[in-house]
Amino acid sequence: MLHIVVCIKQVPDSAQIRVHPVTNTIMRQGVPAIINPYDLYALEEALRIKDKFGAYVTVITMGPPQAENALRKALSFGADDAILVTDRAFAGADTLATSFALASAIGQIEKNMPVDLVFCGKQTIDGDTAQVGPGIAKRLELELLTYISSIESVNAAKREIVVQRRSEGGVQVLKTRLPSLITMLEGSNEMRFATMPNMIRAAKTKVSRWDRVAAGIEDVSNIGLKGSPTVVSKVFAPSPKTVKAEMVQTESNDPQDLAASLLMRMFTKFPQVREEIARSAN
Amino acid sequence: MSEEARKPAGRKKFELDPKLSEYRGIWVFVEHERGVVHGVSWELMGEGRKLADKLGVELSAVVMGSPADDPRKFCREAFVYGADKCYLIEDALLKNYRNQPFTKGLTDLVNAYKPEILLLGATTLGRDLAGSVATTLKTGLTADCTELNIDAEIRSLLATRPTFGGSLLCTIQTLNYRPQMATVRPRVMAMPQRDESRSGAIIEATLSLLETDIVTKVLDFIPDENSNKVNLAYADIIVSGGKGLKKQENFQLVRDLARVLGAEVGATRPVVQSGWVEAERQVGQTGKTVRPKLYIAAGISGAIQHRVGMDSSDVIVAINSDPNAPIFDFATYGIVGNAMTILPALTEAFRKELHGRKAVVA
Repeated sequence: MLHIVVCIKQVPDSAQIRVHPVTNTIMRQGVPAIINPYDLYALEEALRIKDKFGAYVTVITMGPPQAENALRKALSFGADDAILVTDRAFAGADTLATSFALASAIGQIEKNMPVDLVFCGKQTIDGDTAQVGPGIAKRLELELLTYISSIESVNAAKREIVVQRRSEGGVQVLKTRLPSLITMLEGSNEMRFATMPNMIRAAKTKVSRWDRVAAGIEDVSNIGLKGSPTVVSKVFAPSPKTVKAEMVQTESNDPQDLAASLLMRMFTKFPQVREEIARSAN
Repeated sequence: MSEEARKPAGRKKFELDPKLSEYRGIWVFVEHERGVVHGVSWELMGEGRKLADKLGVELSAVVMGSPADDPRKFCREAFVYGADKCYLIEDALLKNYRNQPFTKGLTDLVNAYKPEILLLGATTLGRDLAGSVATTLKTGLTADCTELNIDAEIRSLLATRPTFGGSLLCTIQTLNYRPQMATVRPRVMAMPQRDESRSGAIIEATLSLLETDIVTKVLDFIPDENSNKVNLAYADIIVSGGKGLKKQENFQLVRDLARVLGAEVGATRPVVQSGWVEAERQVGQTGKTVRPKLYIAAGISGAIQHRVGMDSSDVIVAINSDPNAPIFDFATYGIVGNAMTILPALTEAFRKELHGRKAVVA
């Protein structure tokens, strides 16, 4: 049976984040923690492979103790096993240190059951780096397949997989061997609903908690702040442009007059816009 | 981990490991696909030129491709856009982008010639390659930067990027690791002027790999159809709609205006999430960065998430029913009113304008 590991991350819902106007710090209060939305495409794809070919799906996350909630959610969708990698020593990790810790933990998982596929989302909504997936792949020497829009076939016997990968100007169809690491593109599938039996199972399942030693990390120099080549030297609010818009108003304020007034003002002040429109409309 | 949680580091006296001081110069990876260089590579060349001048070092291009791509012509283009030198790996194995041979080629070049800074576009190719190369070299990589600068005293790259959906910016440094790597998304930096008089030296290197060493095979490439191709990032005119348009049907008014103007259609994240338009049309922090000559925003409030993707547009016209909408704080022209009636009026006014002009020409 295939063994699939899905890496997920619990993130603050960025759509609901506000910045304190005076202190320029993030106001986390009341902001719900969710599974990184991009990771759901990865999890769903893993579950589809499980439905089709049979697979054992392990979800893993690195984070604070409360990230267990994200893992239970993943179990309720149909994952079989969940591991929370949590240790104060991981605090302050950048993407290089994060990929080291996750790769090491996946190495430990592999000791019990060889891993055929690792899935990640294409990036997270809080970090937006898209670097951890490639980092894990390189460390574990997995074939790296990023921005995958669909999985055409998985041949467990021949240890082969065929996928479609989004590139800038089209789609590449790639064939490679297992084990590989896939980062799934958004919109590639739609997450299923949790079923009642799975929700009950998720509530009962024991989520394993691994500290750094359980994750196979003896030397702390590769994790947390120490293992991070990058340092954040400054955090600041964007300085807003202070020039306000010139408001277009007319006596009647009816749409035709407003439109005519806008065009007149704009074409007088920015004749190049008029040229651009004439060129582009042809 | 998010940057805000990683806390700014205290200002300690910094000394570069002497072993790392042999790393010199700035490199820009030149990305190309099917015979065309991605615009972001030249944008980075322009930015790299400025950084190299600040550091007093050479700017080099890195070109990798198969003989069928004629990669030498990309080296010559790189000189025209500001490069002093070009590192070239020409090998049939580099015909299509694959992670393994490109990672190997770029990593070997870095180890042989030791640049202090390596810049790539934050494209699907650039991010795939940058993440792999940085992990292999065990160095720092800052993704999706919007501003690059140099701390000349310690020869450190200051890479600034948005965090938390653009609400905050953070500046990231890679202190005692080399090279310092960063990716920058298309259209954030300005396209530099061409200087046809410039030329430079090409340094050739070889890719020590055989096809049998490469596990992944490209079975096919399906190019995007031209009719469906969304080239939002490089569009000169964009008409965008937000949730202020109320209903999916009303989004047609945005398309109508775009058609008359020969413009691309853009949208905000909520509009894309509601399925009114395709994800490729999203402008903003989690979508595309654009810098058209004219950006018309209808029913868009101007939340920071959207703003960071479009406020470098030359002229911004905003239509919103709320006179206090933040978009009026940075648009060029503002119209307070109902987008559903103003959009058709604008479509008509532009149509008349264009027809009038044509009549004069005829």
